[in-house]
Amino acid sequence: MAEQPTSPNPAFDTSSRLTAALRNPHLCHSLLDRLRTALDGRSLRFMEVCGTHTVSIFQSGLRSLLPEQVRHLSGPGCPVCVTHDAEVAAFLDLAGRDGVILATFGDLLRVPGPGGKSLKHAKAQGARVEIVYSPLDALTLAAEHPGDMVVFLGIGFETTAPTVAATILTAQQRGLDNFCVLSLHKLVPPALRALLDDPQQQEQPIEAFLLPGHVSTILGLAPYAFLAGEYHVPAVVGGFEPADILLALCLMAEQRRDGRAEVVNAYARAVDDGGNPRARALLDQCFQPADALWRGIGRIPQSGLALREGFARFDAMRRLDLRLPDVPPLPGCRCGQVLKGRLTPPQCPLFGKACTPATPVGPCMVSTEGSCAAYFKYARNEDC
Amino acid sequence: MDDCILLDAGSGGRASQRLISQCFLRHFANPLLDRMDDAALLPVSSSHNKPLAMSTDSYTVTPLFFPGGSIGTLAVHGTVNDVSMLGGDVHYLSCAFIIEEGLPLATLDKVAADMAAAAREAGVQIVTGDTKVVQRGACDKLFINTTGIGHLLVQPEPSGHRARPGDAVLVSGAVGDHGLTIMGSREGLSFLTDVRSDSAPLNGLVRAVFTAAEAAGMPGEIHVLRDPTRGGLATTLNEIAEQSGVSIELDEQAIPVHEAVRSGCSFLGLDPLYLANEGKCLCIVPETLADTVLAAMRATPYGQEAARIGTVGAERAGQVVLRTLIGGQRLLGMLEGAQLPRIC
Repeated sequence: MAEQPTSPNPAFDTSSRLTAALRNPHLCHSLLDRLRTALDGRSLRFMEVCGTHTVSIFQSGLRSLLPEQVRHLSGPGCPVCVTHDAEVAAFLDLAGRDGVILATFGDLLRVPGPGGKSLKHAKAQGARVEIVYSPLDALTLAAEHPGDMVVFLGIGFETTAPTVAATILTAQQRGLDNFCVLSLHKLVPPALRALLDDPQQQEQPIEAFLLPGHVSTILGLAPYAFLAGEYHVPAVVGGFEPADILLALCLMAEQRRDGRAEVVNAYARAVDDGGNPRARALLDQCFQPADALWRGIGRIPQSGLALREGFARFDAMRRLDLRLPDVPPLPGCRCGQVLKGRLTPPQCPLFGKACTPATPVGPCMVSTEGSCAAYFKYARNEDC
Repeated sequence: MDDCILLDAGSGGRASQRLISQCFLRHFANPLLDRMDDAALLPVSSSHNKPLAMSTDSYTVTPLFFPGGSIGTLAVHGTVNDVSMLGGDVHYLSCAFIIEEGLPLATLDKVAADMAAAAREAGVQIVTGDTKVVQRGACDKLFINTTGIGHLLVQPEPSGHRARPGDAVLVSGAVGDHGLTIMGSREGLSFLTDVRSDSAPLNGLVRAVFTAAEAAGMPGEIHVLRDPTRGGLATTLNEIAEQSGVSIELDEQAIPVHEAVRSGCSFLGLDPLYLANEGKCLCIVPETLADTVLAAMRATPYGQEAARIGTVGAERAGQVVLRTLIGGQRLLGMLEGAQLPRIC
């Protein structure tokens, strides 16, 4: 092959060399050996709670290499997937309003609301929906359209929320009055507690957590301490390359073999044990924890983020007088059981039949990081 | 001449004539076009007894200009490549412009200059055309349609139905450049500084492939030629697997992807195998012809990074399976729609 042009971007170069090293087949196979030794025949039902982990495990082919006793469960780690029907109904309702421009990350465009219609349909019928890559782009939109209200759809976990907080502070600084945020953000640790408190945890235990790498860059380790302390479940923060994930699995299996349960950071190149205090301070300045609705799981106390009183004018709920409507659950959709790791996607009666990426019933089939979409795309040929 | 396109330029009157002669004729001049008749008369040699291949495509892209190309290069390369994939030796193109009122004349002129340069490089002539101007808002700046026509170089012609178990799968170079470039330009993703579109004519490369097969005594044995444009390599291979009723096993390690594209995709949560290409082709040939064709591709300017990336199989018809870098395997399915960057 001809020599490839070298990149003028040194950060990319370093990161790609590292990435290549962490995909090295020899390294991965020696980690697989270490994992088999640590398992020593025992099972390991681990759950990841990050859509990027879900995709990486499938995309790298790692799933096809894991020892038989390792059971991979995908938890509520895809921000699109955990968005509740009522929340979807609320932003679809907004999309139809005069004088409103919705600014959103691309993933949300295809999520169907209770009537089966999505923002894509709304857009085709004239709703003004703009895909942005950063919440700050929504401020540019607001400045360009002073006569309209730009509503940013605040979806995501602790990783995304600080940049939304920074955006709100910037809007305040610039005196932008036609910008607000529909905060549907979710917090990971309360969801993990809810999973462990679920009655089904007795019959089908989650035996270890692969903790989300991105979210942990913000949180650090302390917010997960209860997993080991109160529930005696090993939990490992892992990176996203195959070797990262395998190392995390080894550390889980070794804890279980030794009867230990600890929260361990195996992604030290990106995650500081103390997290990112500046980002947390930003979060705390703009938001306060509030109860939130999770798709398929329901209300989880203090698992969402609402804007503080001082930022009421940036709060779409208050500014536009929004309510989350009562919506009936989708008939037949087992998203909740899938999100809780109690069913694999192919065990849902709708999977691959009524529910496909072309005609998604639930958001787990929509988002590229949703577990149903991942199964459909990468593993339809698996006998699950 | 006015500095932007007015509705008058589509009226058929003097303003239209001015636009055509000062912009299009100036760039595309050739004896066939210069007659300015309603249709072009194409000289056909009686020595040709092979069928004609014909293809048409409409081009819309935002932005009109991007690193590595423009709507003008795409309008020529895209159609030249489509005819070439059927084994057609394309020499003539038609082109039709739909222009939004108010488009700066300089922009149109630059697009026409790009088309003329692309046509010269590909050895094709633009021999007939049409111009329409529509009201502001009725189209997005500029749409171009081109149609290409050319005699088949060889029969039986390559087709998506002809992949056979045991065949080798070749690609003419690195994939994903165009798709990521367009996404980067459209969204102003400033970190994608070193990706550029691969927009290029493939007729020279295709001729080289046929010549090599003929020299090896296997002229009709180029089973499949396809350019993996929208939907990328993965989608095109899925179509071939379905049409031919075969499976295709790919080796991830062997698929050329430029490092900048790999890094950019990793950051945005995209898969380069689903990103559009505008100057690459997939070629499926019998195992015995694989090395010959690969060498022929690599000897051409747009095939230097050509690689053998997989093998056609008989079981699990319709499926494309990827052997991953770490030795695992997974399905490489079709996507439902365009890839969208992820949230976190």
